[in-house]
Amino acid sequence: MWEYSEKVREHFEHPRNVGEVTGANAVGEVGSITCGDALKLTLKIEDGRVVDAKFKTFGCASAIASSSALTEMIIGKTLEEVEKLTNKDIVTFLGGLPKEKIHCSVMGAEALECAIRDYKGLPPKEREAEGELVCECFGVTDAQIEKAVRDNGLTTIEEVTGYTKAGGGCEGCHEKIQAIIDRVRAETEHKPVRKKLTNVQKIKLIEQVLEKEIRPSLRSDGGDIELVDVEGDRVMVALRGMCRTCAASEATLKEYVQGILRREVTDGLTVEEVQE
Amino acid sequence: MRTVYLDNNATTRVAPEVFEAMKPYFVEEYGNPSSAHAFGGLIRRQVEAARGSMARLLGAQDTDIIFTSCGTESDNTAIRAALRSQPDKRHIVTTRVEHPAILSLCQHLEKHEGCQVTYLGVDRQGRLNLDELDAALTDQTAIVSIMWANNETGVVFPMAEIAQRVKARGITMHTDAVQIVGKAPLDLEKVPVDMLSLSGHKLHAPKGIGVLYIRKGTKFSPFMIGGHQERGRRAGTENVPYIIGLGRAAELAEQNMVEENSRVLALRDRLEQGLLKIVPQILINGQEAERLPNTLSVSFEFIEGESILLKLSALGIAASSGSACTSGSLEPSHVLRAMGVPYTSAHGTIRFSLSIYNTEEDIDYTLKHIPRIIDELRLMSPYWDASMGSCRTAGFTE
Repeated sequence: MWEYSEKVREHFEHPRNVGEVTGANAVGEVGSITCGDALKLTLKIEDGRVVDAKFKTFGCASAIASSSALTEMIIGKTLEEVEKLTNKDIVTFLGGLPKEKIHCSVMGAEALECAIRDYKGLPPKEREAEGELVCECFGVTDAQIEKAVRDNGLTTIEEVTGYTKAGGGCEGCHEKIQAIIDRVRAETEHKPVRKKLTNVQKIKLIEQVLEKEIRPSLRSDGGDIELVDVEGDRVMVALRGMCRTCAASEATLKEYVQGILRREVTDGLTVEEVQE
Repeated sequence: MRTVYLDNNATTRVAPEVFEAMKPYFVEEYGNPSSAHAFGGLIRRQVEAARGSMARLLGAQDTDIIFTSCGTESDNTAIRAALRSQPDKRHIVTTRVEHPAILSLCQHLEKHEGCQVTYLGVDRQGRLNLDELDAALTDQTAIVSIMWANNETGVVFPMAEIAQRVKARGITMHTDAVQIVGKAPLDLEKVPVDMLSLSGHKLHAPKGIGVLYIRKGTKFSPFMIGGHQERGRRAGTENVPYIIGLGRAAELAEQNMVEENSRVLALRDRLEQGLLKIVPQILINGQEAERLPNTLSVSFEFIEGESILLKLSALGIAASSGSACTSGSLEPSHVLRAMGVPYTSAHGTIRFSLSIYNTEEDIDYTLKHIPRIIDELRLMSPYWDASMGSCRTAGFTE
């Protein structure tokens, strides 16, 4: 069972503002029954101020608590104030959420955004328009994942799942999520311009990164990797152990090994497997 | 606050008789059964007596029983033994509804150790199609591992028929019988499985003790290597107090078998019928299949399982859910999905599992409080339409 804060428990047991506002002029609906949670938020906005808010939620305790908290946070506030509200504010208001449950607060923030667009007469956000679908189980795109990673400084797949649900189903997209994390981190952590490496320096650095970062993780799965040659930006390697027979070795090379080497050595590197 | 424990497929209360039987073997009778002296010899005889009790419960030979640390160890040992003793065979047949002790192991073997695995599906009631089983068996099949009864729905597979078909092809047959042992009479003289796993804590023995049954003549190779314990099939000093506790639990299970299949069954049916009568829009999973007498899987449509569990928990009622939100994974239970239970119901599934320690009062208390919980959550659900009706409390007034 999850460790919920007192405030989450209290809002779950005594939810505020359940129902639908009669004469609502802003409605936001997000989620779906397939995903396991959904929220319908109805608001009445008068003279630029939220005068009433109600919710209906299908979901777990933290989804219900997040929705209840959201209504309490926005009633009486001006539209300007409400527009600034983020999922983090909901989490703070609730005294924290388990990391696997952050997506409940994200759902609250999305419903609010959706309701405000409805009030302003803007079309609902087209998810498909923003990027390519990564997580098919929960319909999450690369753009959404990238935003969550960037905004919240996420570093692991589990964190991404906690924020966006992506990767929480069949887990088939974990490699793609990792690649997004690596890409965003590479951008944010390694902005400083690298000095040009000599060929010898480059080979040494590649050897070093393979030894320190890549091999331990491959070995933990019973595999291994060896550097065969470097020609310009082409890094030629041979796979050993489990990696040789593993069906996912191509992805390991392209997504994982190449990602790390690009981050640590130089952007233009490509990794290729060679047979000896 | 009253505690109503309806989560016996997760774990059971240690029977007071079992606890009493174990007590002398910590401080007083602490000898090592392998020792040559009389102090150890006495312990050895007690361990063998426990083995005998377990063998009787299963209709097995004493020498075919080895004690392990848990059901998961037994499962791992069985499958790996079949692979190791037949190195040329790399194919496994199992089902989509197994416990993670089998499912995760099979996925691991597939991913990292070059095995091919066939996962048999089930129908809407959770039943297997045995023609699909026949079709899945090949010359490359090292082992078939199929659970005897499902932990989430209680659906029982026709193990005698399954094992006969598998044995007719000369393939090793293993069953994870963790949920059925103690709940239904078993006779391994009539059911030709080669290996069977069980776990003590599901039948009123403590956590940390399990059994692997290995029929004489089965190709085997030990998992734990070391001393000569368990006739060289499982090294490691015997967990004496727990083995003795499990032996006592096996005796009690035999004695209680009639009660389990009459009184406990009647309580389960009382709960099931009560819910069907007072709560609209529910679904009993596996209702048309043969089920364990103690298990009830109910899908409450349009609401989510964790919310129901927390509200039950606040009233002292312990159950479990097939919902994802309690487990950390986001997909609802793999068992319900394999059965094709729609998402609308799968997320709101609760498993009630009873034991001989439950009473009629427990069931009536649960029936009395559930309607309010379900109504409350449904009123909150965007998918619920009030015209679908609220719970009728007739006959169960507060």
